[in-house]
Amino acid sequence: MLRIPCPCCGLRDETEFTYNGSAEAPRPTDPEDGAAAAAYVYFRANPRGWHAEYWHHAQGCRRWIKVIRHTVTHEIAASGWPDEDLPMPEAAPNTGKAGR
Amino acid sequence: MSGFRASTGLFTDPRRPIGFRFDGHAYQGAAGDTLASALIANGVSLFGRSFKYHRPRGLLSLGSDEPNALVELRSGARTEPNSRAPMVELYEGLVARSQNRWPSLRFDVQAANQLAGPMLVAGFYYKTFMWPRSFWKSVYEPMIRRAAGLGRATLAPDPDTYEQAHLHTDVLVVGGGVAGLMAAASAAAAGARVVLAEETAHLGGRAPLDGEEIDGAAAQTWVDAIAAQLAADDKVRVLTRTTVAGLYDHGVARAIERVADHLAEPPAGQPRQRAWTIRAEAIVVAAGGHERPLVFPDNDRPGVMLASAARSLLTGYGVAVGRHCVIATTNDDAYLTAYRLVDAGVEVAAILDARPEPGPEAARAAAIGLRVLPGTAPAGVVGSKSVRAVDALELASGGGERIACDALLVSGGWTPAVHLTTHLGRAPVWSDTLAAFVPDLPKDGPIFVAGTAAGTLALSDCMTEGRRAGLDAAARAGVSGTAPPRPPAKALEGAPPVALWQVPARGKAFVDFQNDVTAKDLALAQRENYASIEHTKRYTTLGMATDQGKTSAVNAIGIVAGLRGVSPAEVGTTTFRPPYTPVAVATFAGHAVGKHHAPTRRSGLHDWHARHGATFVEAGQWLRPQIYGKPGESMFDATMREVRQVRSAVGLCDVSTLGKIDLFGPDAATFLNLLYANAFAKLPVGKVRYGLMLREDGHVFDDGTVSRLAEDRFFITTTTANAGPVLAHMEYAHEVLWPELDVAMCTATEQWCSIAVAGPKSREVLAKALPAFDVSADALPFMGVREGVQDGVATRVFRISFSGELAYEVAVPWGHGEALWTRLLAAGEPFGIIPYGTEALGVMRIEKGHPAGPELNGHTMAQDLGMARLMKTSGDFIGRAMAHHRAAHDPDRPVLVGLKPRQRDQRLRAGAHLLDPDAPKTLETSLGWVSSCQYSPECGHWIALGLLKGGRRDDGGVPRRVVAAYPLKNEWVDVLVVDPCFVDPDGSRLHA
Repeated sequence: MLRIPCPCCGLRDETEFTYNGSAEAPRPTDPEDGAAAAAYVYFRANPRGWHAEYWHHAQGCRRWIKVIRHTVTHEIAASGWPDEDLPMPEAAPNTGKAGR
Repeated sequence: MSGFRASTGLFTDPRRPIGFRFDGHAYQGAAGDTLASALIANGVSLFGRSFKYHRPRGLLSLGSDEPNALVELRSGARTEPNSRAPMVELYEGLVARSQNRWPSLRFDVQAANQLAGPMLVAGFYYKTFMWPRSFWKSVYEPMIRRAAGLGRATLAPDPDTYEQAHLHTDVLVVGGGVAGLMAAASAAAAGARVVLAEETAHLGGRAPLDGEEIDGAAAQTWVDAIAAQLAADDKVRVLTRTTVAGLYDHGVARAIERVADHLAEPPAGQPRQRAWTIRAEAIVVAAGGHERPLVFPDNDRPGVMLASAARSLLTGYGVAVGRHCVIATTNDDAYLTAYRLVDAGVEVAAILDARPEPGPEAARAAAIGLRVLPGTAPAGVVGSKSVRAVDALELASGGGERIACDALLVSGGWTPAVHLTTHLGRAPVWSDTLAAFVPDLPKDGPIFVAGTAAGTLALSDCMTEGRRAGLDAAARAGVSGTAPPRPPAKALEGAPPVALWQVPARGKAFVDFQNDVTAKDLALAQRENYASIEHTKRYTTLGMATDQGKTSAVNAIGIVAGLRGVSPAEVGTTTFRPPYTPVAVATFAGHAVGKHHAPTRRSGLHDWHARHGATFVEAGQWLRPQIYGKPGESMFDATMREVRQVRSAVGLCDVSTLGKIDLFGPDAATFLNLLYANAFAKLPVGKVRYGLMLREDGHVFDDGTVSRLAEDRFFITTTTANAGPVLAHMEYAHEVLWPELDVAMCTATEQWCSIAVAGPKSREVLAKALPAFDVSADALPFMGVREGVQDGVATRVFRISFSGELAYEVAVPWGHGEALWTRLLAAGEPFGIIPYGTEALGVMRIEKGHPAGPELNGHTMAQDLGMARLMKTSGDFIGRAMAHHRAAHDPDRPVLVGLKPRQRDQRLRAGAHLLDPDAPKTLETSLGWVSSCQYSPECGHWIALGLLKGGRRDDGGVPRRVVAAYPLKNEWVDVLVVDPCFVDPDGSRLHA
């Protein structure tokens, strides 16, 4: 279980949140552009490393938040509001290896 | 083996006898005993039969790593199979039975499996039962399943309760041995909050049992003092009988506290077990180690036991395992067992030390008259249900001698219990100097390791490491302070151990006792190229029993390394996963069992429904009235009566469970335009509009109504099932996609009680019941909404219809629901008003062709449901681009159709496949399916909605024909494909 720092409520259990995928793919603004929409919906990066993503504190303050999480170690580098520009750490932290 | 009570142990009090039964025989133990120590004290050496070969087995270890002595504990509904006898604390009246034997433990029919041994090698079930093919399911598998397995679980419901609880702490210390106690005391001294979890009932770990001294006194004296110090510190919580089963990300640990397993029944108000979720800033793993058995022929005979287990039985429980013991070892540690046995007056016939030059410890033993045989190991034992002698083998020369004994105590060295340190993905690394796999953790935490779990054996080093780890963990938690130095204790001395993975001798030499895996099986796996240790494990099932290979894994790695001619480092370990020891499923459920698994949601009118004969149906967590049946009336008859009454007069229905959302703000209309596929910007105040919501992938998400109550105030309804997801979707749209819009929203589902009043007489009922509202056709036209106050209660009247009749929905604050309901019933009495349930609601919506859950199934798009024209053609909205993706216009997409049988008396069934009449009747030719289906009293026959490739495809006014296939009931019904709206297609009734 992860513990996620909610900018409103502080450190809370993962079970209070729901996940909604990448915060790195902005929604296309042109509703006529089918290719951009298809890329937005279906072709998401699945990085091994740091990843900006949206979580919903559904069982808490009900705010959507942005979280910078390492997809291998689950380390969380930062969290903030969806429109915040959170810095992405440079390299993987030395806290673990991939599970085998 | 002929065990007996030799003295008083650290834990036991022989003056307080405790009666118990094993396999029907009455025995007496002492207060403080475990089932294992009490049985050994009574001279019992045979505990059970092995899994595959049904070989007689005795006690091997004295901890949670025990692979052999598994018993069925308690009786009736509290029966618990596979209980490890050394972990079962004795209580008066305890009842246990041996497992995996028939008809009795001493005479077991399936022991004949031993004769079939050559057939039962690793992977035998992949090779042996291949022919004839059809026999696998009918003969071989049931036979193997009957023969295999250990205990039997009871089918009765568990009468006890299980609890879940939470702890927050700076430092969690796993293990209450000297390293763990030093860590806890040092972290606490530095000022940290500490939780200490110890698996057994006793703090102190091995040191007191080994007879060690700390600070010039018996180790137990120091343990008692530290325990008292921790108990007095309100920053510290000590949990005994608590196993930390797993470590998870971000300092989360799961621990199982056996609150009442040591009692016959839990005390009033207490759970049997408690599952702790512990959130710690730093964790010290001081989980100790497991002694390894030696691998030699017949090493599984009852009477062959780990040297440390025999030592603990004597010092902890005052029980000697035999009268004439032989010790076989690869290291100094087992000498402690010899000394303790000699202290208790037990004969130690010989010490077989595999090391050619055993060093100073052997000299010390020889000095007190013990016979030490250097370079010697056991090559076999004489006896099957007990040990009568051991064959000592000189490893260098191949010579040897037979030594009479009644117990053989073995030690193959110590394996650090690294399990928890690896749960987050850090594999342990091989240390040549320690001949062990040790944890590989970052120096700065958050997981620290100390003591034997780190590969450290000397008492003084364990204490130094414990203190260091405690301070480091406290610092990691942001608490820096200092702690007293460790007291004086024994330092490392003596000679290093030797690695002896297998004694070179012929015969069945067991590596994994619980799953009956032999050294030969490992060799076979290598020959058949299951070389990777992960493949070896799965092919032989080594380490896959309930003990998860605690006593066997490292021996197996050593043997495989030898076979492959590489270092154990190259072989590596298999992956350790939680839980560390088996965990009762009940602890995952806690109190959330039966009706407590999920909340039950009830409408404000629930009690009225219950008093008036409603049959309830579950709609998600909600309970909704399905029908209001009369005595003797069937579900079908009640439904038809309710539909006829609504269509001919008037009825009312509780629709409070529909999701409701309030939306406010100057940008609310703009927001709705982005949220819904259809347009809302121009919706006038006082009007309601159907709303179709898509997902970003263009598929239909939900539908409902949107009412404009003011320029900047909207009231939204959703389907019952999607109330939560739609609100989350709206919050996402606002907070993530369009934060610049000035809107706010909140759920109102449980603020408003909503009642649908439907039928040609509904206007007259409302006029009478709600005089404050003008409900005439001109004042409140179809799709209008009015807010007002009736008798001091805020009231909303919507003219909307799901039934297709003239209809309204009236909403009042939740608590006023029943008053409104009874007022409407009274006003409607002259018109024959009745309440109707979800069945009648369903019939009428199918008659009108409204899509609902079965049609809004996540795969359908607006055009599939005949709603393409609703979608805005300009401006952005969620799902717009993908709704026009080329796949959306595939002519082969199933689309919504109405279906009716060609012969009026034939029934239709939801789930039936739709086939071309001329096509072969196979799944591959299916053109779609019947999604919703009911008998229509209005039409006088069954009607259905379906999703059908090609849709209606009218051919010059002749309806398309398909077959509704329901092979489960051998029904093949000719149906006509028609318009989905069966009743009042021009809508004259609802516009009345």
